[in-house]
Amino acid sequence: MSSSLKRSLTPYLLGLPTALWLGIFFVVPLLAILSVSLMTGNALDGYTLTWNFSIFGDAISTYSTQFLRSFLYGGISTAVALVAMYPVAYWVAFYGGRFKSALLFLLLLPFFVSFVIRIIAWQFILADDGIVLGTLKDIGVVPESMHVLSTPSAVVAGLTYDALPFMLLPLYVSLQRIDRSQIEAAADLYASKYDRFRTVILPLSAPGIYAGIVLVAITNIGDYVSAAILGGPSTTMIGNVIQTQYVQNADYPIASALALILMATLLVAMGVYAKVFGTRTLQEHAT
Amino acid sequence: MGALSACGIAGTRDTGWKSGFDWDSWWRRQERQGTLDFANWPLYIDRTKDGSPTLNDFSRKYGVTVNYRPVIQDNASFFAQISPVLAAEQPIGYDLVVISNGWELTQMIENHWLVPLDHSRLPNFERYAGAASRAPAYDPKNEFTVTWQSGITGIGYDPEKTGREITSLKDLYDPAFAGRVGMMSDNTELGSTGMLVQGIEPVSSGPAEWRQAAEVLRKQRDDGIVRQYYDQGYIKALQQGDTIISMAWSGDVFQAQVSGNSNLKFVVPEEGGMIWHDNCMIPYRAAHPVDAIEWMDYSYRPEIQAQISDWVNYVSPVPDAKPIIADQLDDPTVADSPLVFPSEAITKQLHDYYDFKSVGDHEEWTSIFDPIIQS
Repeated sequence: MSSSLKRSLTPYLLGLPTALWLGIFFVVPLLAILSVSLMTGNALDGYTLTWNFSIFGDAISTYSTQFLRSFLYGGISTAVALVAMYPVAYWVAFYGGRFKSALLFLLLLPFFVSFVIRIIAWQFILADDGIVLGTLKDIGVVPESMHVLSTPSAVVAGLTYDALPFMLLPLYVSLQRIDRSQIEAAADLYASKYDRFRTVILPLSAPGIYAGIVLVAITNIGDYVSAAILGGPSTTMIGNVIQTQYVQNADYPIASALALILMATLLVAMGVYAKVFGTRTLQEHAT
Repeated sequence: MGALSACGIAGTRDTGWKSGFDWDSWWRRQERQGTLDFANWPLYIDRTKDGSPTLNDFSRKYGVTVNYRPVIQDNASFFAQISPVLAAEQPIGYDLVVISNGWELTQMIENHWLVPLDHSRLPNFERYAGAASRAPAYDPKNEFTVTWQSGITGIGYDPEKTGREITSLKDLYDPAFAGRVGMMSDNTELGSTGMLVQGIEPVSSGPAEWRQAAEVLRKQRDDGIVRQYYDQGYIKALQQGDTIISMAWSGDVFQAQVSGNSNLKFVVPEEGGMIWHDNCMIPYRAAHPVDAIEWMDYSYRPEIQAQISDWVNYVSPVPDAKPIIADQLDDPTVADSPLVFPSEAITKQLHDYYDFKSVGDHEEWTSIFDPIIQS
């Protein structure tokens, strides 16, 4: 083999492990899900591939409420997490000093406990006669009949809570990387505090905002734990439907179809989002 | 799934033992192995800080090490865990599992996933089992199962908070309790209770009656009366005060009463309650079948059953345990409880579940009741 041929093959050989990994653990399962979604039958007698494409239309029309609700809850929780975590990340990055690492560690500490345990803890904390509502009811601040659990707010709150570290970290990294002399330059050019934030810091932290939103939105839209534990009779998200259809009803085709629809919708949404907001700011930042 | 899924997924039917298998000679060849891997539901056996006294006695007398695992949270998800293993013709690692009568048990039997029991090894069952545990509709010859405990689905409530005694299933639909009513997420339980409230007999019902039940249940949900559709977590919600009235299983409410919630009450409503049976069975390819069947039989000894029933407070399969609980264990509350040893009056009020006749039957039921739970 000539050395030039070797050289031209090198990048492909280096990429081979990744390609194999993705092929085996991503492409093959994806194709399997696609083929399962087109099958008909039942668990007892087996499922056969009948190219039942109508399942996608049926799935969308039957579960449109749950799809829309998932995007709504996912969107709200992402927005709230962003608004809540931006000041925190900002403060740690700019005023944390030598305690930065310690502060970050403290912020992430609760998340060393399993997600399910933390959500169950919220169920306990938010109980009708629990430590929060019980106390407020005793002193007459809220009406006796008030409850937080089993409401959409409880589900969104659970989703938001779990999203905090995934929002915090990318925001922190992008704020931390901002060259402080650019802010000083803006100050030297008589930019007010507000202008410095709006025209320098905010645009320079855009990649962090973008990454945070993508990370949190995708996880939250597909979540089912929060709705299962904190939700009520009309807070079912699409993740809950997929879980029930797959595990309880062993209806693999409908579960697969729903998973594919969710994935495709998320891909399109994220693609549009990247086009409009993501890559542009990423490129601006890079140049 | 994997490669198979390219053209189809094999069904689970007949993936167990083959028809015509000679079980008599198989049982004759089996011997005690000295180990028992036992999967059960949480809080479902007598318990002290040294483990279960009855299991410890069994261990000592028979020289069997018992690995007791309370891993079963609900039938559907446990079945989902074990069915791929059984379909792949592998042992599931348990010699004895406890599953309720219902669609999962029907599938276990249909698939030939259960070892037919050798009744010559069950003398205590033959002698002491109560009428309700003999020849149940779902296993008419006790070919595959013996009852572990039975239970009643009725109503649990806190009289202080409801402000009145509860007597009727209609109380679950009372707007006065809006947002504080707990219903069950198990679609068989939910559907059955929706029929009972209208005076429909579940066991002889059909799709038309199911839809009628669904209508009532949907209205109950849309009127904001249902707080949540719960799995066994309903009892925690009732204890915490999130709900003040809830569909409930008899034994859970008793256990809650003794563990500090003496305010809670359980009632079999005037329209009736549902009676279910949790059953012991030996999954096919179990490594220690003799140890499993010996424990099944041992648990039917009245003095052993007395200890279990006195602790779990569900409906006992052995009526002869009653005098032992009353006299030797000195616990008249449990011995006299009509819900542990049902009186004739209570037995008359109990209804059996609808038995799913086919896959299509079960799919229809699910398609009618699931949209209520997951809306």
